[in-house]
Amino acid sequence: MTRPTPETLAHRANPATVAAASPAPAVASPVPTSGAGSLVRSLEALGVEVLFGIPGGAILPAYDPLFDSKVRHILVRHEQGAGHAATGYAQATGKVGVCIATSGPGATNLVTPIADAYMDSVPMVAITGQVARPSIGTDAFQEADIQGITLPITKHNFLVQTPEELPRILAEAFHLAATGRPGPVLVDIPKDVLQAPTTFTWPPTLDLPGYRPTLHPHGKQIREAARLIAAARRPVLYVGGGVLKAGATDGLRKLAELTGIPVITTLMALGSFPDSHPQHLGMPGMHGTVPAVYALQKSDLLITLGARFDDRVTGKLDSFAPDAKVVHADIDPAEIGKNRHADVPIVGDARHVIDELIAAVSASAGGTAQYESWWATLNELRERYPLGYDEPTDGTLAPQYVIERIGELVGPDAIYVAGVGQHQMWASQFIKYEKPGTWLNSGGAGTMGYAVPAAMGAKVGRPDTAVWAIDGDGCFQMTNQELATCALEGIPVKIAVINNGNLGMVRQWQTLFYDGRYSNTELGTHKHRIPDFVKLAEALGCIGLRCESKDDVDKIIKQAMEINDAPVVIDFTVGKDAMVWPMVAAGTSNDEIMFARDVRPTFEEDDL
Amino acid sequence: MNKHTLSVLVENKPGVLARVSGLFSRRSFNIDSLAVGETENPDVSRITIVVNADSSPLEQVTKQLNKLVNVLKIVELDPQQSVQRELLLVKVRADRAQRSQVLETVELFRAKVIDVAPDTLTIEATGNPDKLDALLRDLEPYGIKEMVQSGLVAIGRGSRSITTGPALRAA
Repeated sequence: MTRPTPETLAHRANPATVAAASPAPAVASPVPTSGAGSLVRSLEALGVEVLFGIPGGAILPAYDPLFDSKVRHILVRHEQGAGHAATGYAQATGKVGVCIATSGPGATNLVTPIADAYMDSVPMVAITGQVARPSIGTDAFQEADIQGITLPITKHNFLVQTPEELPRILAEAFHLAATGRPGPVLVDIPKDVLQAPTTFTWPPTLDLPGYRPTLHPHGKQIREAARLIAAARRPVLYVGGGVLKAGATDGLRKLAELTGIPVITTLMALGSFPDSHPQHLGMPGMHGTVPAVYALQKSDLLITLGARFDDRVTGKLDSFAPDAKVVHADIDPAEIGKNRHADVPIVGDARHVIDELIAAVSASAGGTAQYESWWATLNELRERYPLGYDEPTDGTLAPQYVIERIGELVGPDAIYVAGVGQHQMWASQFIKYEKPGTWLNSGGAGTMGYAVPAAMGAKVGRPDTAVWAIDGDGCFQMTNQELATCALEGIPVKIAVINNGNLGMVRQWQTLFYDGRYSNTELGTHKHRIPDFVKLAEALGCIGLRCESKDDVDKIIKQAMEINDAPVVIDFTVGKDAMVWPMVAAGTSNDEIMFARDVRPTFEEDDL
Repeated sequence: MNKHTLSVLVENKPGVLARVSGLFSRRSFNIDSLAVGETENPDVSRITIVVNADSSPLEQVTKQLNKLVNVLKIVELDPQQSVQRELLLVKVRADRAQRSQVLETVELFRAKVIDVAPDTLTIEATGNPDKLDALLRDLEPYGIKEMVQSGLVAIGRGSRSITTGPALRAA
């Protein structure tokens, strides 16, 4: 049987995530304990700092040894909060995030954050209680087949059969979650397994004969990629979240500067390449910048690193980057050729791929001169079509202005966590990301309600870093109960609610595609001030602030920045008519990008 | 669309079949036939799957299958280079007048009678799907009362074993 090599165990930056590389002392002679004791000792040995969870009947035996453990447990208010907090923790630290819940509804409440983590390849372990083995399949109280339910949304999942296998399964779960293409792993543990007497030894031997992630790219493919790069006249580095996960950002910068090739970072990759860097064209896709979208469409070579040709990036697939050859590097072979044919497929970890590409192109790099006319075109587009917004004519506060000021005043060292919708897109556009791990959001799944619990998890993982959630009034109402957790557990996050009184992104689509028929998008947070977010914040043990005019924006952001002993919620009351631009409407070609309403950019086709 | 026969070696653990079959339906693939059983190694099961797919979607589903942690290896079996068999049990109406003709057909296809009743014969036949179709066509006129077919199983020709042959791992 194949065992994971030392390298697959060690290649992630954080030894705490992986059993064999953890500093945990070996426990060679078996220590008598219960299944629950074995679970908690395994978590300790794996270097777990914190669990986010809620106890309940089936998982209760685990909470008894947890009471005495050095592992911190943060009692959330809803299991969905536990799941997103684990994700926020993982995205902010690079370590495995862990959440824990009881059987049945406790477990099913984790389904959304698990699906979310799966779509964004987040290393997460979810531990759930299950009814006792003899009751499984009998429709017992609080029974749900969570293994079956999460089959399509986990990287792998386990139903533990005996207490003896707990240390091995947990070590395997952490190994699977953290290595290769990261993802969520669920461990379902029947109550009687937790209660049964067993012995604990550490470290266990992993038994994953079918799991062999490929980390090192094939030399031939790298040489072929270098050959295409040398021949290209309009190349683009199309960078996805895989580069952040592989810790390959330094290499990316080196590769970009060595070759002089323009860089585009997807929504999941913001922060992997400094926004301020002159070679950065911005984000591609539905709400990407005109130069980034144009560069893809006119490119003759896409050097795709840890990105997956998501529909939000490609627009209508058959008209995407029609003249480009594709070098596609990803750690997951199934991503390569899934949506777009790859002329040069490269399977490997982005860090290794980039390092080897640097070596290969160093030999042949022609310098930046060969892209002179390409850069001239792109620079002209940057000048003509910068990101921007119009001041509202009705005197209301511009949401983009608020977000821009938060980015300016709070700065590039903070972590920004967005919900899903207009505010998320504006936060991706108007805050400048300079460093990896400073931008967290729900990209693939688009989970409204992600921001508050994910910000909580990020703050727990990086307590010395300022964490600002940029949330919407719709999103905020889905998961704000976790502010009670933040208040009681001493997790001073800042929540900027960009409150436009509506489900803003849906309303924008109704404006553009449904003749302004605003069916069920008005939330009443303006009209009726229900809920009153300031009072709600106070009720949840937070400081509540409100900002309604442009003149107060800086003052109130600064006021919030000075509060570090409690979570702060700011209700930024903004206009409802602002829209996110540029926009490639769903299902249309990137060539149809709109710079603003009824404004199509003009491209000088003859230049190329 | 072409028929493809995939041999999938998996860990012999609970729930693995559900993972494999679920993946096919989730990615909108129809399974024509599926057979599963233990191999010479009791820790390993072998699933033989016949799918109707073009080569590019087939590549995608193969890559997705390879991602399943319990999947050890996938090999596509070339029909020319492998032996493919199905098992058929069929209950045919055969009274005194018809019986000898039915038995003649059984003989012709080298099938076997495994149960006899006054008005029916139950026949067992193995072969590739074409042969079994032909047998059924010949039996049809007598009246087929009931039939059951196994999924297809297949094994490569020659001395090479699947554990040494080229696996369908993604590039």
